[in-house]
Amino acid sequence: MRFFLESRKFLIISFAVYILLKILFANNFISAYIQQITLFAIIMTIAALGLNVIYGYTGQFSLGHAAFYGIGAYTSAYLAKIFGIEGVFSFLPVLLISGIVAGCIGYLIGIPILRLRDDFLAIATLGFGTLVRVFLDNSDRFAEMLGGSRGFVGISKITNLELTFFSALFIVLITKNLIYSRYGLFLRCIRDDELAATSAGINTSKTKLMAFSYGCMLAGVGGALYAHLYTFLHPSNFDILKSIDFLIIVIIGGMGSIRGTIYASILWVGLIEGLRIVLPVEMLDLRWVVIPVLLIALMMWKPYGLMAKK
Amino acid sequence: MELLGYIIEQTINGLQLGAVYALIALGYTMVYGVLRLINFAHGDIFMLGAFIAYFLITKFGMPIYFVFIITMLSTGLAGYLIEKIAYKPLRHAPKISLLITAVGVSLFLEYFLSLNALFTPNYIGFPRPFEIESYNFAMFTVTNVQLLIFSITFISLFLVYLLVYRTKYGRAMRAVSYDQEVASLMGIGIDGIISFTFIVGASLAGLGGILYGIAYPQINVFMGIMPGIKSFIAAVLGGIGIVHGAVLGGFIIGLLEVFVSAFISSTFRDGLIFIILLLVLILKPSGIFGKRIEKV
Amino acid sequence: MKKYVVIFFLLFFITGISHAKDTVKIGLITPLTGDVKTFGESAKNAFVIALEEYAKNGKYNIEPVIADDKNDPTEGANAALKLITQDKVVAISGPLTSKVTIPVSDIANKNKVPMISGAATNPKVTTYEGKRKPYVFRACYTDPFQGTVAATFALKELKAKTAAVLYDVGNDYSKGLAEFFKATFIKDKGAIVAYESYQKDDVDFSALISKIAMKKPDIIYLPDYYNKVALIARQVREKGLKSTLLGSDGWDSPELMKIGGSAIVGGYFTNHYSPDRKDPIAEAFIKRYKQKHGAVPDALAALGYDATMILLKAIDSAKKPTQEEIIKLLSSLKNHKGVTGNISFDKNGDAIKSVVLLKVEKDKIKYMTTINP
Repeated sequence: MRFFLESRKFLIISFAVYILLKILFANNFISAYIQQITLFAIIMTIAALGLNVIYGYTGQFSLGHAAFYGIGAYTSAYLAKIFGIEGVFSFLPVLLISGIVAGCIGYLIGIPILRLRDDFLAIATLGFGTLVRVFLDNSDRFAEMLGGSRGFVGISKITNLELTFFSALFIVLITKNLIYSRYGLFLRCIRDDELAATSAGINTSKTKLMAFSYGCMLAGVGGALYAHLYTFLHPSNFDILKSIDFLIIVIIGGMGSIRGTIYASILWVGLIEGLRIVLPVEMLDLRWVVIPVLLIALMMWKPYGLMAKK
Repeated sequence: MELLGYIIEQTINGLQLGAVYALIALGYTMVYGVLRLINFAHGDIFMLGAFIAYFLITKFGMPIYFVFIITMLSTGLAGYLIEKIAYKPLRHAPKISLLITAVGVSLFLEYFLSLNALFTPNYIGFPRPFEIESYNFAMFTVTNVQLLIFSITFISLFLVYLLVYRTKYGRAMRAVSYDQEVASLMGIGIDGIISFTFIVGASLAGLGGILYGIAYPQINVFMGIMPGIKSFIAAVLGGIGIVHGAVLGGFIIGLLEVFVSAFISSTFRDGLIFIILLLVLILKPSGIFGKRIEKV
Repeated sequence: MKKYVVIFFLLFFITGISHAKDTVKIGLITPLTGDVKTFGESAKNAFVIALEEYAKNGKYNIEPVIADDKNDPTEGANAALKLITQDKVVAISGPLTSKVTIPVSDIANKNKVPMISGAATNPKVTTYEGKRKPYVFRACYTDPFQGTVAATFALKELKAKTAAVLYDVGNDYSKGLAEFFKATFIKDKGAIVAYESYQKDDVDFSALISKIAMKKPDIIYLPDYYNKVALIARQVREKGLKSTLLGSDGWDSPELMKIGGSAIVGGYFTNHYSPDRKDPIAEAFIKRYKQKHGAVPDALAALGYDATMILLKAIDSAKKPTQEEIIKLLSSLKNHKGVTGNISFDKNGDAIKSVVLLKVEKDKIKYMTTINP
């Protein structure tokens, strides 16, 4: 009960947003395209939140987040296809399993690599990301259905507003409670000073590992929702550039700020897609020139991001 | 007998690839030594070197040794500027901000240079300054390109070794890499040494770029990404921050790639390289020549 | 933003005044950024030329909406939805690569918007699990056909007994062709002595080539884009290998000879059309393209032009340019005289077309023969 009282304001706002979206979606006030990128922005929020737990709260630098997003996407598409799942409710267990699979793989890979310091961890996760892409490129050797570099086709479209929105809401609430629990305090301690955290009796390696797995799990859930929104998967969607997308979202939103991540995801997808609408064709190239410049400027001006609590 | 010839030939293939990796890995290792930074933009400086050489050869028709000198000077300058503009303001910022800035610089270089007004994203044929010749021995062939790459690589490695271990600058570099604060107390100008390291590392990357263009005569703006990552792995493998480690690592990675393709399967080659990286990081994070660092 | 709104309204106003023709919106999806940007720009140039061509005496006023797919399936899907639901286009030309065209074709089909791709060769573009996607067409032949033709040509015309295949494992186009070539070659009593793959970013093929050199194949089949092929060809010749090189339509680029030099001379490849085809339509297009862009159009430009022209033809002959009308007319299209030859569609919406075999010579690409399906 206390939990509901504390989150009352947040819940009320969320439901208001949901009702608003529902009205817009239901009567086709906004086109299917805007609906799709709205859902995509929410999905990006879920996955980026996972990276924020890993990087923003715990200070573990990961450049392989898209790999876990991909693992979740492929797992859910595979399971849904095998069991012929079409409905939202029968999809829920698949969603959960996809998240758990990504989380478990994150756990297994985390055991050895989380001992590494920031930049080495970056390279190790980057390496893992490449490993996953090589695997996906050749996945048709293991199971014809996965399609390898031809892409995974014929995934049923399940993701809708309710599923996406309430998954995101649920995940945000869980993450929020996690962060404000004693456990979340441990995470922040580790980020700020690992040595001091160890001497305060925090089991740092275990805590880091749990945070990393949880973050990967969120990426997996996001990936699963993505797979059933776009109904086609290709290994090239889960490479290093995608990982950098997530990283940029977390940084813009601010390390360790849930609200920041939500805003930044919406802003990011809005920016990328908005530029498509606004920019004339000749100027599209400039998209990726402007973004890194902004990133460098941001790092100089506010190294902890726009909404960071520092 | 045939198999022996085959193995020798594949070894030469691997050494050729390894030589280029070694040159790029040197710059990584030196910069890491003084700044403790993985300079993600290093692979892009290598790309810049190839492009500068391309323009010098095609537009100005310069003789080859001039091309080498001017390219190395230009990429050295690029390295210097990148450090001054992007990295220096963040000297005391959190470590990860610096890393993200490096990623930003790398993306910027790639996408800015790929604009149609500049280099375009297309693949461009790199003009070889001389014709290729093959020298046949009993069991294998060597080309003049391969001989050129080996000789230039070894000369530069030797010079870098001398620089780091036999000169005042080298001693200052090692001091900075050991402990910046103490080094500055000893009267070493930290900023100057860091700039100097960047210049040397970037010139070597530029040199690698030229050799790469000669060996695999095709360049494009995104060509630095994969060699960059693999050279970094080479540097880690040999022991990051250690000059001869980077060289050995480069040759090991080159040979590994070739032999995996030759005897196992080319498909999983990159996967295997990364598995090796993970293993090295887990088992001996300080690399082959590395001293035991208490925590990496 | 304000500026654009103003411009938009001005345009709106102008089109409102000049109400001579009805306006029809058609979309183009093509990669204008990303790794195959060059091909995307060829297709866009051709699209623009096709529209200019139509404007001379077309019944409707065509309003183009161009979207970039970055050669990324997600971006492609977003672009398609935007064109269909925001801009309300009645038909789509494009995309280029199969990996983007597959999700886009699903979206177009679901929304009942006719689309025709110039160059996506994967069978899954027009069918899903053997079922036809009724709203999707393509102006080119499919991978199975091209790979089969190449294998038959190698066996029959080049009298090859053994072949080695090198392909890019991360590229569905390259992989598909390699598989169909292999299947046909083995079926017709040839021997595949090496079947090796490489990664997208590779530049050093020496390990694979040394491996192949041991086997001394008559033919090396290289189904990939010109840039990779040129590099491989050079390294093949540097290793002193004398095998004949054989390839696919990805070879077709003016850059092939520039990068490949003498190494590529003597190679054969299958293509959609030959630039020295004596044909008034092709010649007119090539001339226009050269005037505008100062280069010989590649196969992707030619196919993009044909695809767009077919679409415009269907729209033009429609009484009312609705999607249903356009689809009916597209399905019944016969013998459209295009730059790349006569185009009719089979029951799957794939173009029934002949393959042209070309040979790379010192100073030009020589037309060898045409193989009909």
